[in-house]
Amino acid sequence: MDMAGILMATGIVGAVGLFVGLFLGVAGIKFKVDVDEREEAILGVLPGNNCGGCGYAGCSGLAAAIVKGEAPTNACPVGGEKVGTQVAQIMGVEAGESVRKVAFVKCRGDKERTRVDYDYTGIEDCAMLAFVPSGGPKTCKDGCLGFGSCVKACPFNAIHVVNGVAVVDKEACKACGKCVAACPKKLIELIPYNAKHVVACSSREKGPVTMKACDAGCIACQLCKKNCPADAIVIEEFHAIIDQEKCTGCGTCKEKCPKKVIV
Amino acid sequence: MVKELLVILISSSLVNNVVLSQFLGLCPFLGVSKKTETATGMGVAVIFVITLASAVAGAIYQFILLPFDIAYLQTIVFILVIAALVQFVEMFLKKFIPGLYQSLGVYLPLITTNCAVLGVALTNVQKSYGIVTGIVNGFATAVGFTISIVILAGIREKLKYNDIPESFQGMPIVLVTAGLMAIAFCGFSGLL
Repeated sequence: MDMAGILMATGIVGAVGLFVGLFLGVAGIKFKVDVDEREEAILGVLPGNNCGGCGYAGCSGLAAAIVKGEAPTNACPVGGEKVGTQVAQIMGVEAGESVRKVAFVKCRGDKERTRVDYDYTGIEDCAMLAFVPSGGPKTCKDGCLGFGSCVKACPFNAIHVVNGVAVVDKEACKACGKCVAACPKKLIELIPYNAKHVVACSSREKGPVTMKACDAGCIACQLCKKNCPADAIVIEEFHAIIDQEKCTGCGTCKEKCPKKVIV
Repeated sequence: MVKELLVILISSSLVNNVVLSQFLGLCPFLGVSKKTETATGMGVAVIFVITLASAVAGAIYQFILLPFDIAYLQTIVFILVIAALVQFVEMFLKKFIPGLYQSLGVYLPLITTNCAVLGVALTNVQKSYGIVTGIVNGFATAVGFTISIVILAGIREKLKYNDIPESFQGMPIVLVTAGLMAIAFCGFSGLL
């Protein structure tokens, strides 16, 4: 190859490179997207776990939504009131009130209290139990399976399986809602942090069936409902449900419950 | 012409599947195939970029490399152009189609150095495809990539629930799965 060929190749590739470089440079300026500086500031205040508890794709998604006005300033369930106030300051608005919530497992059927139909030795994952006979070894079909899908889902190490039933660490829980979504039995619910009384059972079977399956099962006897002075309790699908907004925390239901299901 | 394009479409997406019979683009194939959702996102991004890149690379080859008689520099020039193209696409999407950028954005930088993209551009030259045929070939190849990565992701999601021997956990079982998939895809070879 002669010198001219080398020079020509160098020249053309160089020219292509130069053109591409200039083109990208110009495009970079032309297509610059202005990022709202408040968005950056809010992102700095948010916890940064990217847990998705707010319903947006990570903290940056929420920050963008807050700036656009699509989400309230206290939309972050993890940061709670503290972060909500800071975000409100950045946005220049008054902070709305936010109630701290925690996850709660509506089942107390641990190994001593519940009966099992058979021994299960398969894969230890709650989602798997949908494929085994009668939806799991426990006699109660609405009880905690105890294989810890919620434990794996929790980004804050706030839920653990204790003696065959999942228990939430109230202090560590940030109410991100990951466990709520992970539980195939839909046993976990977000309740106010200062909720006085909760029904720890979700059995949808009639009283006698529940009684045979579990010592800590709600048998829908209506005693709590009849005795509640605030009219805060309803019985749905054969278990009691306390309306936390009406509940005054008097404790009558807890006293009256024959199965000690209300905690 | 239409028949020819159809043959290219089937041959590039199924018979000569880019991942399973040509072994190109393996890093995203193994890296982004943990969930079907992300795998689909990656697949769509690859379809988008490869189709564009085959068009641009084809044009560069026809109008710059051939006239100046420097076709032997195709690899270098293609790398340069494809990398710049992906950068540009990323900027363009961010500015004008933020919705698409949200869903594809994370995958675009990953594709910059994806050998499947370069592989398609070079195959187009090797088989002396024109620009239109090249674009169809690129699209078909990318569809083949999407098919295989989504299938692998589906299998990996199910694999999680299985009792895998300790020495096979993680990547080894994925590679074994990919190998079995490649054998299964051999079944398409009688198609054309």
